[in-house]
Amino acid sequence: MENLVYIALFAPFAGSLFASLFGMKEREIFVGVVASILIFISFLASALLAANLYMTGEVIHVRMMDWIAVGDFNVGFGFVVDHISVTMMSVVTLVSTVVHIYAIGYMDHDRSFNRFFSYLSAFVFSMMILVMSDNFLGLFIGWEGVGVCSWLLVGFWYHKEDKPKEENPSISPSWAANEAFIMNRIADLGMLIGIFILYWNTGSLRYDEVFAQLPYLSETVLAGAAIALFIGAMGKSAQFPLHTWLTDAMEGPTPVSALIHAATMVTAGVFLVVRSNPLYAMPEVSGVSMFIASLGTFVAFYAASMALVERDLKRIIAYSTLSQLGYMFAAAGLGAYWIALFHLAAHAFFKALLFLGGGNVMHAMNDELDLFKMGNLKKEMRATWLYMGFASIALAGLPPLAGFWSKDAIIETAFNEQTYILWFMLVVTAGMTAFYSFRQVFLSFHGEDRHTPLGFHPHEMYTFALVAMFPLAVLALITGWFMSAYKVFIYHIGESVQYEMSEHTHHLAIYLGLLVIFIVLASIAYAYMKYARTGDKAWKRDEAKEQGFFYKLLKNQYYVPKFYEEFITKPYSMISEKFWTGVDLKIVDATVDNIAKFFYTTGDKTRSMQTGNLSNYLNWMAVGGVILLAVAAVSAIFM
Amino acid sequence: MIGLSHYLIVSAIIFSIGLIGVLRRRNLLMLFFATEIMLNAVNIAFAAISHYYNDLTGQMFAFFIIAIAASEVAVGLGILIVLYKKHGSLDLDDLASMRG
Repeated sequence: MENLVYIALFAPFAGSLFASLFGMKEREIFVGVVASILIFISFLASALLAANLYMTGEVIHVRMMDWIAVGDFNVGFGFVVDHISVTMMSVVTLVSTVVHIYAIGYMDHDRSFNRFFSYLSAFVFSMMILVMSDNFLGLFIGWEGVGVCSWLLVGFWYHKEDKPKEENPSISPSWAANEAFIMNRIADLGMLIGIFILYWNTGSLRYDEVFAQLPYLSETVLAGAAIALFIGAMGKSAQFPLHTWLTDAMEGPTPVSALIHAATMVTAGVFLVVRSNPLYAMPEVSGVSMFIASLGTFVAFYAASMALVERDLKRIIAYSTLSQLGYMFAAAGLGAYWIALFHLAAHAFFKALLFLGGGNVMHAMNDELDLFKMGNLKKEMRATWLYMGFASIALAGLPPLAGFWSKDAIIETAFNEQTYILWFMLVVTAGMTAFYSFRQVFLSFHGEDRHTPLGFHPHEMYTFALVAMFPLAVLALITGWFMSAYKVFIYHIGESVQYEMSEHTHHLAIYLGLLVIFIVLASIAYAYMKYARTGDKAWKRDEAKEQGFFYKLLKNQYYVPKFYEEFITKPYSMISEKFWTGVDLKIVDATVDNIAKFFYTTGDKTRSMQTGNLSNYLNWMAVGGVILLAVAAVSAIFM
Repeated sequence: MIGLSHYLIVSAIIFSIGLIGVLRRRNLLMLFFATEIMLNAVNIAFAAISHYYNDLTGQMFAFFIIAIAASEVAVGLGILIVLYKKHGSLDLDDLASMRG
């Protein structure tokens, strides 16, 4: 079993190293194939571990080696395979396998094909460290690792030129990559502080040891640690106010968006909260947990509202990711950790499917993402239409697809906790989700053909890429059916993840579910009426409406990016400019320059001593001797 | 009565004469003479102080200096002869070739 742990962890690393050997070479198909096979091996190992855990219920701890041992401080490279981490491992490796195979087709024409696979596998390796580590420091290393890989992959097309913000809100891939990295850096400081607080007060970084000591800690310490760790989670999972990077990160290649910015990395924040569930379940930090739930609900609503008017296909999916992450945090904040984790897994499958479908459209339309330039694509791209429609149904949350079960459980949780405001907002958001996801499907695949007049000739994706997407479609369908089995499975982890609905809620659950389904169906029908019809009733662009206040507010993302630019970026660059010209150039540089200048001029002036005449040298030597004598005499007198 | 101070004064005078020779002379041979004078001035001081303290170490040191001075002159004269053969002159002003 121990070997399986190492295989699951290091197979992606081997793939990354292998691909990096050919990093500078021309495109080699086998590089992508080998990397995909190694990820698949990692998936098999994870699946075997999951099966073993399910059968025997035996949690595996391995300690690979000592890492830092200084005085009392001792951290090892230790890994744990328990019910939480094995869920993440299976989801991550499965989605990664599909995305790797898909990327062989998607990145076909890219000259940096090999480099792409080296980064993508390195990302999977970092993610595995993140989820498998048995201590906070290992988690942090993985956390930073996925951050770096995200930076590399978002900025993969770094050679694209900057554009003005009015033309392209994310300016350029390298700009978007830097934005994502810097925002995460800010949040990571919070996370580091949280880790320090825990270590300072418990003397350990291992999860089990830290959690065992929680009951003996004071309220301030617990609240401080919970808040600080959640700040880290907010950055990685793009929660308000650190959310702007996620939509801009869509500049990266679409497989990257599917894997990193939908299925895995952005869920790391949720994973952190679920992993630390004994901490967040403490009664002393109930305020923090309530804040998490409220913020999650707010983000769910907020992101969904921005998706309503967006024209960019990938940005809509990014907003929906943001919104679904909000749902997960809402569940985790309300104490239903296992429901959050379940929604994470279900979301990973259908969202990756949706993104890969978006990738097909982008591939077919020569990287054009504007929905207004598409329309009736289903006649050219039947398989993609089916996949995206299916994933959208799952996202909208209609039974029997995965999204229904997990999202409905979250909405039910909000009802059960008697936080009716959260419940109401989540229900409204579910309706909005259904509307914007079907608006996107109808605008791109139905309605009038708007792309042919513009000179686009779409073609379907490679067959093998379409086949590779199939497992995701199956999982988007069936995952929800295993919800009660998963509940039994995860309950072994301990009391703090166990969450049951009250009798009252249970009684009303069917009506609540029906209400949500009704709202979702109504939203889809409205989207159909508005966008999918042809002929006289076909959708037409309404320029006047686009000038309306709310439309502009949503279109400009509530002016939050503008606010950041005006009140953070610009003042910061102004201060930097002042420091550069005032302090750096005039003080620091001037000091160094003057020291150099002093030696230079001294040398230049005293050079004339060297006449080449021995007699002159002897005279100088005598002068030196006299000076030394004088110094000796003076010091003898005064000392 | 001739005391230690007389010897030291003589030594200092001879040393100064040697030093002035080193500083003012342009001929390499003369420079050698001047350094020999300085060395011997030091020898006088050594011998006198040695006698004054009733300690033979100083006189022994003077002998060492005489021996080393002799060998130094032997080597130095050899170099001077080679230099003279090469340049036809021993004047330092003519020999200056490494101006910085």
